[in-house]
Amino acid sequence: MKKGFIYLLLIISVSACSKSDSPETETYEPTPLPLSIPQLFSDRIISPVIPNNNPQTVEGVALGKKLFFDTKLSGDETMACASCHSPQSAFTNNTPTSEGIDGVFGTRNSMPLFNLAWNYRERFTWDGKQLSIERQALEPVENPIEMHSDWTDVINKLQSDSEYPELFRLAFKTSLITKELTTKAIAQFERTLISANSRFDRYTLGQETLTSQELNGLDVFLREDKGDCFHCHGTPSNPLWTDNIFHNNGLDTNVTDLGLGGVTGDSNDNGKFKSPSLRNLAYTAPYMHDGRFETLDQVIEFYSTGLQNSTTIDVLMKNIDNGGVQLSTQDKADLKAFLLSLSDPSFLTNPDFQE
Amino acid sequence: MKRFFALLLCSTLAFTSCGEDLDDNLVLKTEAETTFNFTHNWDETEVTSASFDSIQYLNQNGDSLSIEKLRYLISDITFSREGEEDIVLDIYNLVDVTNSTNLSFSPETKIPLGQYTNVSFTYGFDDEDNIENAYPDLNSENWEVPNIQMFGNIGGYHYMQLEGRFINNADEETTYAYHNIRAADGMATPITTQDTSIQVNLGAITITNDITFQVKMNIAEWFQNTYQWDLNTWNSSLMGNFDAQLRMNENGQNVFSLGTVTQ
Repeated sequence: MKKGFIYLLLIISVSACSKSDSPETETYEPTPLPLSIPQLFSDRIISPVIPNNNPQTVEGVALGKKLFFDTKLSGDETMACASCHSPQSAFTNNTPTSEGIDGVFGTRNSMPLFNLAWNYRERFTWDGKQLSIERQALEPVENPIEMHSDWTDVINKLQSDSEYPELFRLAFKTSLITKELTTKAIAQFERTLISANSRFDRYTLGQETLTSQELNGLDVFLREDKGDCFHCHGTPSNPLWTDNIFHNNGLDTNVTDLGLGGVTGDSNDNGKFKSPSLRNLAYTAPYMHDGRFETLDQVIEFYSTGLQNSTTIDVLMKNIDNGGVQLSTQDKADLKAFLLSLSDPSFLTNPDFQE
Repeated sequence: MKRFFALLLCSTLAFTSCGEDLDDNLVLKTEAETTFNFTHNWDETEVTSASFDSIQYLNQNGDSLSIEKLRYLISDITFSREGEEDIVLDIYNLVDVTNSTNLSFSPETKIPLGQYTNVSFTYGFDDEDNIENAYPDLNSENWEVPNIQMFGNIGGYHYMQLEGRFINNADEETTYAYHNIRAADGMATPITTQDTSIQVNLGAITITNDITFQVKMNIAEWFQNTYQWDLNTWNSSLMGNFDAQLRMNENGQNVFSLGTVTQ
């Protein structure tokens, strides 16, 4: 008995400092799928944000894509995420605001979806209400003027589907479907929506030339005494073309949609909305958070002559008393030409993003 | 008896084999960690993001103003010693008062204990470091200066963005954007640029232990001493204004000071 005790102590003494590895067993793991980061992005800006609790996997992205295009997520099964975020429109749609399943229109323009993983502060949507892509994806399903469904119903439908339980098992190692796993999969797919192949991108990489009009438009964009667009939308050093920050750009004197102010409760934030990226403007009309401008010409004219003063108008809005930066006709045309060079037609047709 | 000793030996092994080596604590300390805490004031009044957005400050010119955004860059923290080469930490830190980030900065490099004739840093980037596209993290913060003629065809990065509103001579509330960069006269032939970063000297210090420096920025000084800044004249589009940038450099000489030092 005593000998046995000594042997036990010997085992303890020898094993006390060893790693507490459990015996290896063969378990299924989803296949990692790191984001394919464009050279321009890796050269110029820091790494994208991937949550530790939702790594990108082949199976997760595939599941997310299927869910993104699936009308089962809506109450009457007529509407999918893609209904308002169509690949052919750079993942937005072309109405000022979007119609839900009951024929009711919302109050905000559907935001285009690309390069979302590089939103470092992780405030999503026009008013910054959602603090991750995963959380954003939760909201439209139950929104009464959008998909007007119920997560319990959606989960029941997915759970009783012939394919989804197995797809969830492959993606998340469980066939028990939850809304959290559903939105994780959708977020994984959305993070793959990367747009970085515009004419301007290729110009930056030395693979393309721009017209003199486009280059003059870039100058208008960057000059403080002309467009001064770069303080909110960045420079060629930042290929996102947005600061992902919230500004009151002078749309209204009397702010009715509080924007960020409605989220923070701080009246100093009233009328502030996220600067959208200027990529893919060729496909994302109409513009602004409420889709009030049908054309890019109208947008440029607004910044040139249409600014409305208010207590929270951004300090970078210039010459407000005269309506704006007062661009010449030529400068406006050149600016438009430059802005359109930021559009990436290959993003619309990427087979990985189609239903 | 033998069994007893075997038992004792095994027990000792089992319970002490993972213990910390206590003699680690006996190593003589020769280097110090340094920390720089950046605080902000308008003369005697503390300024934080909580005090933003309200017109409450009066500059020397008599303009009442608010602060809505303040962020600035410091770089190249340097420790100078008598008879030895300077220790230059080739680092930078973007102090963002608006978002209350990077208000405290601890360089990774430890500094030898001893007497230093000066501790200094560069406000902004000097020309050696002010290189277009050199810093992806700063690009990601939209901190870059466009590479266009107006700004000297040289790119680089902002030194500071100070923005807010003020009451102008017509008694109307209007905006200002006091943006400081490397001065450039894009209209000159040839184009002229001037390194307007500022070496900030905190003075001599004897470092005996891990040390924390409080670096104070008196924001009021950006508008005075020696140039009395009139926001009615210079309030926006200042990046391409060569003369305005030189005046910022002039006033910036007195903006920073050393606060408390603890070690």
